[in-house]
Amino acid sequence: MNGKVSLVDMPESKVAITFVLNTEPCEVSFAPHKTLLEVLREDLGLTGTKHGCELGECGTCTVLVDDQPVLSCLVLGQACGGRSVRTVEGMAGATLHPLQTAFADLGAAQCGYCTPAFLLAAQALLEHNPKPSRDEIKQALAGNLCRCTGYIKIYEAVELAAARLLGEDAQPSREAMYGRR
Amino acid sequence: MGAGKKKGATEPALRVVGKAHRKVDAVAKVTGATKFADDLMLPRMLYAKLLRSPHPHARIVAIDTSRASALHGVKAVLTGKDLPIPFGILPVSQDEHTLCVDTVRFIGDPVAAVAATTEETATAALDLIDVTYEPLRAIGSAEDALAHPEPRIHDYGDTGNLHKLINLEFGDVDEGFAEAAVIREDLFFFEGNTHLPMEQHAALADWSADGKVTLWSSTQTPHYVHRALAKVLELAAARIRVIATPNGGGFGGKSDPFSHEIAVAKLAMLTGRPVKITLTREEVFYCHRGRHPTLMAVKTGVTRDGAITAMHFRSLLDGGGYGSYGVASTYYTGALQTVTYPIKRYKFQGARAFTNKPPCGPKRGHGTPQPRFALEVHLDKIAEELGIDPAELRLKHLQPPDSLTANYLRVGSMGLGECIRKVTAGSGWREKFKRLPRGRGVGLACSSYLSGAGLPIYWNHMPHSGVQLKCDRSGGITVFCGSTDIGQGSDSILGLITAEVLGVDPFDIRIVTADTDLTPVDLGSYSSRVTLMSGNAALQAAERAREIILPHAARKLDVPMTRIVFADSRVFDVENPEHGMSFAEAVQAAESAVGTVGTVGSYTPPKSAGRYRGAGVGPSPAYSYSACVAEVDVDPATGIVRVPTIWIAHDVGRCINAATAIGQVEGSVYMGLGEALMEEMTYRENRQVVHKFPSLLEYKSPTTLEMCDVITYIVEDPDPNGPYGAKEVGQGPLLPVMPAVANAVYDAVGVRIDEVPITPEKVLKALKHKQKGETPRYGPTTFPEIPWPEPTRVPPPWEGGDGKARDQAATLAGGVREERQH
Repeated sequence: MNGKVSLVDMPESKVAITFVLNTEPCEVSFAPHKTLLEVLREDLGLTGTKHGCELGECGTCTVLVDDQPVLSCLVLGQACGGRSVRTVEGMAGATLHPLQTAFADLGAAQCGYCTPAFLLAAQALLEHNPKPSRDEIKQALAGNLCRCTGYIKIYEAVELAAARLLGEDAQPSREAMYGRR
Repeated sequence: MGAGKKKGATEPALRVVGKAHRKVDAVAKVTGATKFADDLMLPRMLYAKLLRSPHPHARIVAIDTSRASALHGVKAVLTGKDLPIPFGILPVSQDEHTLCVDTVRFIGDPVAAVAATTEETATAALDLIDVTYEPLRAIGSAEDALAHPEPRIHDYGDTGNLHKLINLEFGDVDEGFAEAAVIREDLFFFEGNTHLPMEQHAALADWSADGKVTLWSSTQTPHYVHRALAKVLELAAARIRVIATPNGGGFGGKSDPFSHEIAVAKLAMLTGRPVKITLTREEVFYCHRGRHPTLMAVKTGVTRDGAITAMHFRSLLDGGGYGSYGVASTYYTGALQTVTYPIKRYKFQGARAFTNKPPCGPKRGHGTPQPRFALEVHLDKIAEELGIDPAELRLKHLQPPDSLTANYLRVGSMGLGECIRKVTAGSGWREKFKRLPRGRGVGLACSSYLSGAGLPIYWNHMPHSGVQLKCDRSGGITVFCGSTDIGQGSDSILGLITAEVLGVDPFDIRIVTADTDLTPVDLGSYSSRVTLMSGNAALQAAERAREIILPHAARKLDVPMTRIVFADSRVFDVENPEHGMSFAEAVQAAESAVGTVGTVGSYTPPKSAGRYRGAGVGPSPAYSYSACVAEVDVDPATGIVRVPTIWIAHDVGRCINAATAIGQVEGSVYMGLGEALMEEMTYRENRQVVHKFPSLLEYKSPTTLEMCDVITYIVEDPDPNGPYGAKEVGQGPLLPVMPAVANAVYDAVGVRIDEVPITPEKVLKALKHKQKGETPRYGPTTFPEIPWPEPTRVPPPWEGGDGKARDQAATLAGGVREERQH
């Protein structure tokens, strides 16, 4: 604008927090109105956390805050100082987390958009309840919408991962992969 | 079993095809690494927002953008006059503007666009745009459109506010009804619903000073977006690059070119900076293009054993504010009735109305779930009237394989009988039907769907899908194809077919798709066309690569070519497997002899048999078939319907990837269950035509707590036109779910709900009717008078017809082209 910049053009001043992000200490500054979702995606570049409504309706932005599933679109970034936040980017090391392996092998991720949220919600479930029943899985995932899978492959993947996390040499059933004869 | 004998179908052992595979992009998806459109950020990127109309129907008297332009951080503001050229997905419906020029046609119609340094600034700027509207009478429903030809929503269309009128007659139906022992007529209504992909539409445009624009967008049809951008921006298509980002769900909702895509491209051109837009969830509801609300009347004559002597089907579609795919949708409400059970004589009349609502278009099943719901419930009633078990009725009257229908659709392989046998046996149909305690019931329904539309959306003779294949001397292979992976796993299909032919590990193949600069044209991910069409193109390209490599490998091994096998990433002598070389060495042998190894493959569907006006909608290289049994639990006190289990069998021709095929079937059942029980796109009942609930919370869709158990049977009846016999699986299994649930509700409590969604309120009303001794049903009771044009009369094949209409000469010249749509 003719080379002139006035102060009203300056971005609003930022706030800074320190917190634990995927088990590492992290400091970030951001505009004070931003949600945790926006801070993760826009200020930290972690776009694995998705959004479907930004109104707390669909569960797509689920992350773990202090090990609990939380809708990151409803939490202010400022509220996360000193907390521990886990996102999908923190799940895999050099190899995939057993939940990720099971989701990949069973086709529990179709378009993949809701997948990070389902993985984290399932991870929180298995940390509290290592061998959940099908009904307990349904209850734990009832806040997350998926439009592709009909949820069935997701249940099967959670069950498979749960068994493997308990040290069982579990494999997907033939029916899950090929249908019933 | 059917006719399938094409390549591969009779080969003894397939190494890759038919097994359950991880998708090629599965790891990216489970690690969050997949970049969806809104995940893309470029330096100096601006954010765009659209101002949308608060009126359902109004004239734009004036727009003043000066206050918005003056806001700090605003870099550009656009209105309709900046982009005066109209566009639309169908050549016959070029009725949309990027931003409305003089009229707004629904609440949510885009009026102005802003690009600013932050999303907040862009949003604030919208409030500073002053628009003066002069409200017009709004048209709230199809019936309203019929009653009020004025004010016209568009200045084109067949008459008044009727966009399209169709009248087709295949044989003399009056004669057919005269032959019938029983004639039944029923009315049905299918409420509109929407795709609800979890990803909101998003697009990012970048302009470079050398005059080129790049658009990344969550679109199912980058090729059509490419064409629309070239037209509206008046820019050479060669200077426009469209990259379809992986779609976070599509289901048909991302198949049109959209205002927001064109607006960000124009804003990038004006500002010289990247511009991104991400729609809010509310805006996604306004983009819509979902299921048309459809009122239907079906009259069928049958013999005592249930053979159909004649059918007359009428449909009235509420199209919303724009054309979209609507002309094709309207034809589709009459096209596929004929491919499941033989219909000797068939008459179809269809009408689409313009109304002041978000435009309807193609949702999973495109125009066919509504008539399939009507037909399958209607047949259930006919079976009862005839005293025949509904499964037996269908099994007795299956459309034969390798046959032509009354409306000239060519059926190839046809596995519906096997599908019915699977679900009836699996569900215990015989023990359950009419035998469960009150409140509990089972229902059966069948369906069929296209494996790709036989004709392109715009008239041309070019292939529908193209593949380029590069064999690197390292042994790596790259497959380039314009197809778009919307989550259904189409990228994997390209890899698996190539791996089958060239004997390599599918995960050694790189797949590059949906980039108009890099990939040959594929028409897009719609009409369940991708596995069959891009699969055939990949098959041809891979076979050509094999033909190039084969002689040189054989020469080097000193073995006859007939004995050479490509498998396990090696090329070897089938009689002495130790004697061979790596695939990479085989490529090197070929490259040394003939130069760089690259091939192309393409696919064009067979010519369709129908040659009458309107024959372009319905033909497909192959039809999939499904049968479904639903078990329901109906609470007579509350009307609540619960569905514990659905058994579904789907004739997929042949599975390419078993794991994704199962996933498509389960996902289709899920979406069908939502449509059966709860999903509806509805509006407040006054002429303001305000959407009742443009939100994910209030637009009810099944969660884990509503989803039923699904027992899936994959039936493989290979079709000669499919790659390895493959047909579609992404849409067809949705169709029988709604009528199966409706039929099961009748079995459970003895009331007919001739309308979806089957809500508790409707069940209770029907139960009340029953209690009072009235007709135990809920559903429409009248079908309005419609000014149908003279019918196009086409004699069916068995009455000496050749696919042309009688008196075709008169209509052919003027009409046939514009009707050959998707």
